[in-house]
Amino acid sequence: MAQAQPLQSPAPDFTFTQERARFLRRRASNQVAGGCVMTLTVLSCAILFVLLGYIFVNGISTLFPSVEGSVTFNSDFFLKPPEPLLDGTVGGGVSQAIVGTAMILLVAGIFAVPIGLGTAIYMSEYGRGPLYRILDFTIDLLAGLPSIVIGLFILAALIGDLSVLKVFNNYSGLAGSMALVIIMVPIIARSVEQILKLVPDSLREAGLALGLPKWKVTMRIVLPTVAGGIATGVMLSLARAAGETAPVLLTILGNNFLSTNMLQPMDALPVRIYTYATSGQPDLVPKAWAGTLVLVMVIALISLLVRYATGRKRYDA
Amino acid sequence: MSAAAPPSKLRPSGLNGDRIFGGIVVACAVFVIFLLVAIIAVLILRSQETLNRYGLDFFTSRTWDPVARSAGEEVLINGRVTTLKEAVPGIFGALPFIYGTVVTSILALLIATPFAVGSAIYVSEYCPRRIGDIISFIIELLVAIPSVAYGVFGFLVLKNIMRDSVSPFLRDTLGNVPILNVFFPKNATILGLDLFTASVVLAVMILPTILAVSREIIRQVPRLQKEGMLALGATKWESIRLAVLPYARSGIVGGAMLGLARGIGETMAVTMTIGNGKLNNITGSLFQSTSSLASAIASQFGEAQAERTYGSAIVELGLVLLIVSSVINLSARVLVGRATRGAD
Repeated sequence: MAQAQPLQSPAPDFTFTQERARFLRRRASNQVAGGCVMTLTVLSCAILFVLLGYIFVNGISTLFPSVEGSVTFNSDFFLKPPEPLLDGTVGGGVSQAIVGTAMILLVAGIFAVPIGLGTAIYMSEYGRGPLYRILDFTIDLLAGLPSIVIGLFILAALIGDLSVLKVFNNYSGLAGSMALVIIMVPIIARSVEQILKLVPDSLREAGLALGLPKWKVTMRIVLPTVAGGIATGVMLSLARAAGETAPVLLTILGNNFLSTNMLQPMDALPVRIYTYATSGQPDLVPKAWAGTLVLVMVIALISLLVRYATGRKRYDA
Repeated sequence: MSAAAPPSKLRPSGLNGDRIFGGIVVACAVFVIFLLVAIIAVLILRSQETLNRYGLDFFTSRTWDPVARSAGEEVLINGRVTTLKEAVPGIFGALPFIYGTVVTSILALLIATPFAVGSAIYVSEYCPRRIGDIISFIIELLVAIPSVAYGVFGFLVLKNIMRDSVSPFLRDTLGNVPILNVFFPKNATILGLDLFTASVVLAVMILPTILAVSREIIRQVPRLQKEGMLALGATKWESIRLAVLPYARSGIVGGAMLGLARGIGETMAVTMTIGNGKLNNITGSLFQSTSSLASAIASQFGEAQAERTYGSAIVELGLVLLIVSSVINLSARVLVGRATRGAD
């Protein structure tokens, strides 16, 4: 048998049983370890499917309820703010939260994108010496800050009479945007910097050799070359900011009514999910699941777009 | 004449533009640095009150009782009945929250690391590169899920599972084992929202961070080193255990610390699963409903906002969080950086 299958492991003819036992032990531990790491991997993957499965099943049943046997689309969820009903439950949807999240993200993006891009351009095109090293370190620190600390900073600096600067009298959508700006800037700066560094120096030198000033080389040659990558960085930071709950909770407070005034308390989807999920009211919990599903879908959509875009653009530079 | 002119005369408009553009990008850079300085300064300024009043006692006192009291009232401070000599705006000791943060993040690390390192070994050593990439992509998708979604899952689903099966099982089996019964006491009441549930949720959230770093580090182990061991007759597992893991150790530790930093600052998922109980009597039990630093901030900022001392105490919790997470983050980066550079 041993000669017939020379590559199979029990081939060696052991003289000492001790040595044979040792061989068997080593082989067993090899197989057990292989089985262990495989099990751990399967379990780790399973977590994602369990999590998404729960969100999907529970969310779908609220977004697409079956009325009299036919599946309908619950458009109220997206189009109406909460409406207190006579029986004490809450009808309507969470439109104020969706509008709030969109506005807060938009305003945050308007500030965060130029600042993040400027920082990235500084780091990749200008950065030398101590300022660069301090900036590099700062961005690492900012990116690693717990997001609640950033919310707390805005709260302690700007909101209310006891705050350091007393800018806002009350919680407001604008304050929420500011917190998200601080979360987005390091993400944009870091990802765009790395992409700008991929642009070959020969492109820059070609522009400079033609007599273009450095700013034109940067704006007209370097940035357009990696436009796809820059969009990726910006979208990733938006996806991250869309799901942030703690800093938004601390700065906008939440609002049951549809409000587009950025200087007043606003609502955001993650905050609404949090309040509904922990409310303990059986009519609100399904809406928390539906909100979670919407949030996860939006973030997944952004991430997929990004993957699709980078999949095609990665080697352009 | 013209040849001797300084080059700036040749393209004055461009240089002007350069000056403006350079100014703008430097301003952006300086603004980002200013932001970090402002965050630290504001947190220190707003927590001045409690920093001065309590000093280090803030970290060692285990009574958190944010109710104003007048002189002569009897209150329970650190387990002892004390008569107040003067009126106080509240009693603030952060030890229970520090305890909550330390226990949840370390326990999460202990749960997540075997899964993360095991998966990292599997995807980089056992399966083909392409399949390994797909598997690690699936696991790393966990990063993209917002923390409030973990909170919803933890609060609405995992809580019941833990309360009805996992926690009672652990209590009844480990409750009889010496040493371990400190953490899983035999007579504990299990409500489902406690340190243990929060740690499990946190473990899932930090798993992808540790996996991503460990996988990269393990892939950088020189092939010759593994092949050398295999050629000497080692089994696959022996070559991983004796050639790969020692080489990747500092990188894996760095990845675990990055996970730890993430766990320490994680707010929503922990706030929704830890129970937010007031813990004035710290025992080892993992079935206690407590708060972490972050969850205390998230659940109390509203009441604290309008009060000078209470607000200051909450901001000081944030300051502690900032310092601790920054220190851990930086040391992790040093470890990971050294590990990746060493492999080049």
